[in-house]
Amino acid sequence: MISIKQLTKTFGKFKALDDVTLNMEEGQAISLLGPNGSGKTTIIKSILGLVIPEKGQITINGHLVKQDWSYRSSIGYMPQIGRYPDNMSIGQVLKMIKELRKDHQSYDEELIHGFGLDRIADKKMRNLSGGTRQKVSACLAFLFSPDIYILDEPTAGLDPVSSELLKEKMTRERAAGKLILITSHVLSDLEGIASHIIYLQDGKLMFHRSVEELQASTGEVRLNRMIAHVIKTELPQARQAS
Amino acid sequence: MRTIVKYVLLDLLRNRIIIVYTLILAVLAVSVLGLDSNPAKGLLSLLNVSLLFVPIITILFATIYFFNSIEFTELLLSQPIKRQSVLLAEYTGVAFSLSAAYMIGIGLPLLFLVSGTESLMMVVTGVLLTLIFSSLALLIFVKSKDKTKGIGIAIVTALFFSLLFDGLLIAFIYSFSEYPIDKAVLGIIAFNPIDLARVLMLLQLDVAVLMGYSGALFKKFLGSATGSIFSLACMCLWAVIPLILSVRIFRKKDL
Repeated sequence: MISIKQLTKTFGKFKALDDVTLNMEEGQAISLLGPNGSGKTTIIKSILGLVIPEKGQITINGHLVKQDWSYRSSIGYMPQIGRYPDNMSIGQVLKMIKELRKDHQSYDEELIHGFGLDRIADKKMRNLSGGTRQKVSACLAFLFSPDIYILDEPTAGLDPVSSELLKEKMTRERAAGKLILITSHVLSDLEGIASHIIYLQDGKLMFHRSVEELQASTGEVRLNRMIAHVIKTELPQARQAS
Repeated sequence: MRTIVKYVLLDLLRNRIIIVYTLILAVLAVSVLGLDSNPAKGLLSLLNVSLLFVPIITILFATIYFFNSIEFTELLLSQPIKRQSVLLAEYTGVAFSLSAAYMIGIGLPLLFLVSGTESLMMVVTGVLLTLIFSSLALLIFVKSKDKTKGIGIAIVTALFFSLLFDGLLIAFIYSFSEYPIDKAVLGIIAFNPIDLARVLMLLQLDVAVLMGYSGALFKKFLGSATGSIFSLACMCLWAVIPLILSVRIFRKKDL
């Protein structure tokens, strides 16, 4: 579904991505891990066409990202920080995005009802807490039931109940054959959701393995123990850096 | 694109700064026009006030707005929409709401107190200046990496055109006063949108001689009609060129 070939991106002297090649298929829930500044957000932004890489190419469902912007209709994106125009209400933001996507007539409003956003639709974005804004971002990402979900730190600011709700939704969508790409620092949040792990360090791809594989090779059950084990045994230079 | 413009306007027309800006302009217009019994003099004072306020407020407000809506822009760009349409829609929203503020704040009092072609020209110059400085703000936004730097450049740009440019021009005229530099000065004025606006208005008011060197030159070499068309055309270029440059740069910008 998403294939990335030899992607390289530098910001001035800093190499944010260095020759990264990846393949992601439907039905996978891929967790993108790595220390701060390892290139996670840059990969996500390159897929969305927000960052323009120097070398390499990205294809999504056969469409080249560079050439054609229409591929973005199959992606639902939830940004890390959601900021919206101050004087718009929740209802207006949702309505605007719906109007922008005239190609869709049916909407997945499960999360809107689940988070109770329909009851506070008149509230202005200016007056919302960070967590509520995050809920709006999540609703927008799931609104058109796209084939690919890209979620940047989805559970970071959410309360436990909402976070569970979002995780259940992700699990269901994955079971429906969607591709989910998540970055998160809270590994316990990804437990039971992630099927594959991608580990980045200094813009380089360290490993890309399925969770079963990791389980078998490390003998650990918990996700964070597995990752720690791999970093300790296989990536000594990574351990020094972090 | 139309949908984005609609919602940007929905947000901006309720923006407190825009509302306060409109009110201040209205108070200024009413008091300046009311002070003087001679409408031409009143217009002249109003012209000086708008030439001072409109550029700096427009460029600052627009720059800050563009930087503050980066996350929103990213969200829009993650939808299947062209980059160009998102940027142009945001520009349209900002330029339109600031122009509307000017039209209501200055235009309405003028309509009631001093209607006529001069007043119409006054509104046209104000709106053109708004379009120009919003367009420069957009260029600053796409060129600079962070907000603080962008706001700094915006302030310097506004001050350069409203204060420094005239100083340099006077220095130039004094140091080369022995030579026939009249035409060169005409050319140089085209590089300052605020001077163009002043010339345009003064040619209308027929007090060009009162405004000193550049006005007299315009009158002498171009006459009222040609001079007006020349400055109008230059001002339009000042609005369009930065806009085209911004769209080009934005196509390759990393967000």
